[in-house]
Amino acid sequence: MNDSRPELATLANGQAIKRSEIPVFGPEVFGHAILDGVAARQRVSALFGAASPVPGAVRLYAVLADDEQNQLFAAATDIAGGEFASLTPRCPQVHLFEREIAEQFGLRPVGHPWFKPVRYCRSWTGRDAWSRPADQPILPAVGDFYRVDGEQVHEVAVGPVHAGVIEPGHFRFQCHGEQVFHLEIALGFQHRGVEEALVGGPDARTIHFSETLAGDSTVAHATTYSQVTEALAGCQTSARAQAIRGIALELERLANHIGDLGALAGDVGYLPTASFCGRIRGDFLNMTALLCGSRFGRGLIRPGGIGFEMDAERIAELGRRLDAGEKDAAVAINLLWHTQSVMARFEDVGPLPRNIASELGIVGPAARASGLERDIRRDQPSGIFCFSHIPISTCDTGDVFARAYMRWLDIQQSVGFIRDQLKALPSGASRVPVKAIAPDSFAVALNEGWRGEVCHVALTDAQGRFARYKVVDPSFHNWPGLAYALRNQEISDFPICNKSFNLSYCGHDL
Amino acid sequence: MVKAILARLQQKHRTMKYPDGAPPPLPDRFRGRPLIDAAKCSGGCRACADACPTGALSPQDPSRIDLGKCLFCTDCANACPKQAITYSGNYQLAARNRADLIVPRERESLEVKGAALDARLRKIFGRSLKFRQVSAGGCNACEADSNVLGTVGWDLGRFGIQFVASPRHADGLWVTGPVSQNMALALKKTYDAVSDPRIVIAVGSCAVSGGPYLGHAAVHNGADAVVPVDLYVPGCPPHPLSILDGLLRLIGRIEDGKR
Repeated sequence: MNDSRPELATLANGQAIKRSEIPVFGPEVFGHAILDGVAARQRVSALFGAASPVPGAVRLYAVLADDEQNQLFAAATDIAGGEFASLTPRCPQVHLFEREIAEQFGLRPVGHPWFKPVRYCRSWTGRDAWSRPADQPILPAVGDFYRVDGEQVHEVAVGPVHAGVIEPGHFRFQCHGEQVFHLEIALGFQHRGVEEALVGGPDARTIHFSETLAGDSTVAHATTYSQVTEALAGCQTSARAQAIRGIALELERLANHIGDLGALAGDVGYLPTASFCGRIRGDFLNMTALLCGSRFGRGLIRPGGIGFEMDAERIAELGRRLDAGEKDAAVAINLLWHTQSVMARFEDVGPLPRNIASELGIVGPAARASGLERDIRRDQPSGIFCFSHIPISTCDTGDVFARAYMRWLDIQQSVGFIRDQLKALPSGASRVPVKAIAPDSFAVALNEGWRGEVCHVALTDAQGRFARYKVVDPSFHNWPGLAYALRNQEISDFPICNKSFNLSYCGHDL
Repeated sequence: MVKAILARLQQKHRTMKYPDGAPPPLPDRFRGRPLIDAAKCSGGCRACADACPTGALSPQDPSRIDLGKCLFCTDCANACPKQAITYSGNYQLAARNRADLIVPRERESLEVKGAALDARLRKIFGRSLKFRQVSAGGCNACEADSNVLGTVGWDLGRFGIQFVASPRHADGLWVTGPVSQNMALALKKTYDAVSDPRIVIAVGSCAVSGGPYLGHAAVHNGADAVVPVDLYVPGCPPHPLSILDGLLRLIGRIEDGKR
């Protein structure tokens, strides 16, 4: 083996390269490349399996993000023989990725400390990493859970059906009285088979899958998918389309953050902000509907640009509504920080320390709340964010208050950004034709959705169809952060901890 | 406290007048019922059916549109070489029977007759109807716009309709999502935990037909594959007004055919 550092393929956000440019290392060199990258403060944006040209083998791909250099690295390895050495003990942020590879391809990560399925579904290769019989159903969240034994220790199981209007998941708490020793989260109830269905695309459904990967992040996922397609097709969208995509992305962030702050207020019994924000969230959803007719941005983002043009009257109307919405939101949200009973419930609850957030690979406002300066809009900018910068704020307490306050800081920046864009919207075609996508290529696109990094990776085959399409929703990185934040907290604080992250179930389950 | 009172004054009273007054304004680009203009469509072309992601426009029977499968996207309208496809502002899309959603392509209003529950159920549920919501593969758009109905603007509680925390407290289920394989058992168990008489409403294209996930091995193509459904609300996601309209017609609060 060569002692020198292996040379990884480099690419930028939204760039396509030939698959042949991605180096294929031996499994050990591949593992070291990931560990060295993470030691050098890179993040694992994606780690996934795909078909290998080597018979009987599975090819693993890693995409590392170097946020300081604004650079992405890619490498691959072929795993033959059904197992590989787990990196999780030395690199906790890959632990769900390795479980996903095991579930999808039947490869066992040897030495994985908590080797369980991710989504409770059959593998794509017919090989099962847990040797489960093929004639018996795989039941979601059925299996061993981490368990604490001892006098007065008890277990609380919640879900999949929850008390609110919310997606399903299963939460298993190990408690001593009111105190939570450990929370384990079992998901997979929302699995709809999206990644399997994306293979062979793009086709008539592909854009609709991307719009519903996580329905509250329609713009983020549809933009990321569009950028992957545009990179593969060598298509340059207009500055105008990019600006409007940026406006839509920030409107999505505003609606969700405002809704979450209202829900947090509701969870601590502070009804004024809960009531106001529930309605104001709707006002921001209606601003997205002003652009495209859909409150969730369905139909707005399309490969090649945008599906709906902005006229002068619409720009003026959006500006007026933004002013009114900003004022309402400020009045409603600032009540939180001035109300002692709210602050007493937010502060020092559910802390996620900076070093743990870094080890787990947490992204988005949850990472910034723990003091990590991470924001794709600044670190790996694409589209309008290359030209129009959004300042990053961080907090260092990592508690519910920090995660709530980050949302408020995000809200103010997003309003300012949209206002700037509306003042000087560039001209250009709303949509340009997208040619056929390049064969035998590899493309990555990243965007800062309201929860954090949305990552899509496409591999095309010799005919220019998707041979593999990998989706990493920010929730995939962040669910372990919620589990950690509950340690030594009161079980009654689970709702506010959960809402402070507000992660996607279907974005995780795909 | 003073700040909260001042904020309350600033935020004003916001509950809409509907259904006693006009419905809230819909965006000008709102996509309600899709319509095909027969004068423009010469037939013989399959561009719209080929572009449709879910088969809502069937190549076998081009005279009909399945609103239960329709995502209310713009793919067919953009594909039509004659620009014959438009969307009306009609938000009244909910129907009691799945078959009623398969409509002739040119008729403007849906057949809403028989939308209300029978007299016995209306007596029981007409003034108090509690739902346990079950998301079974929903993407959180239908869930979010269901939640919106509980906010002060829509105030679902005015009609005695409310989301409750347990199926034991509920008169029915409010299902979203295509019903993933991994949620089918949980949905069935939740249904079984609701006492008779009970009703089920399927909200959104996924819960009505499977939506974009129609035909996937990992899903069941909608709620009625697992539980009997009493009201189907199409849309991806349905506008809150479409959901509310369906509910109010169901409990007889607004009458058939009235807007």
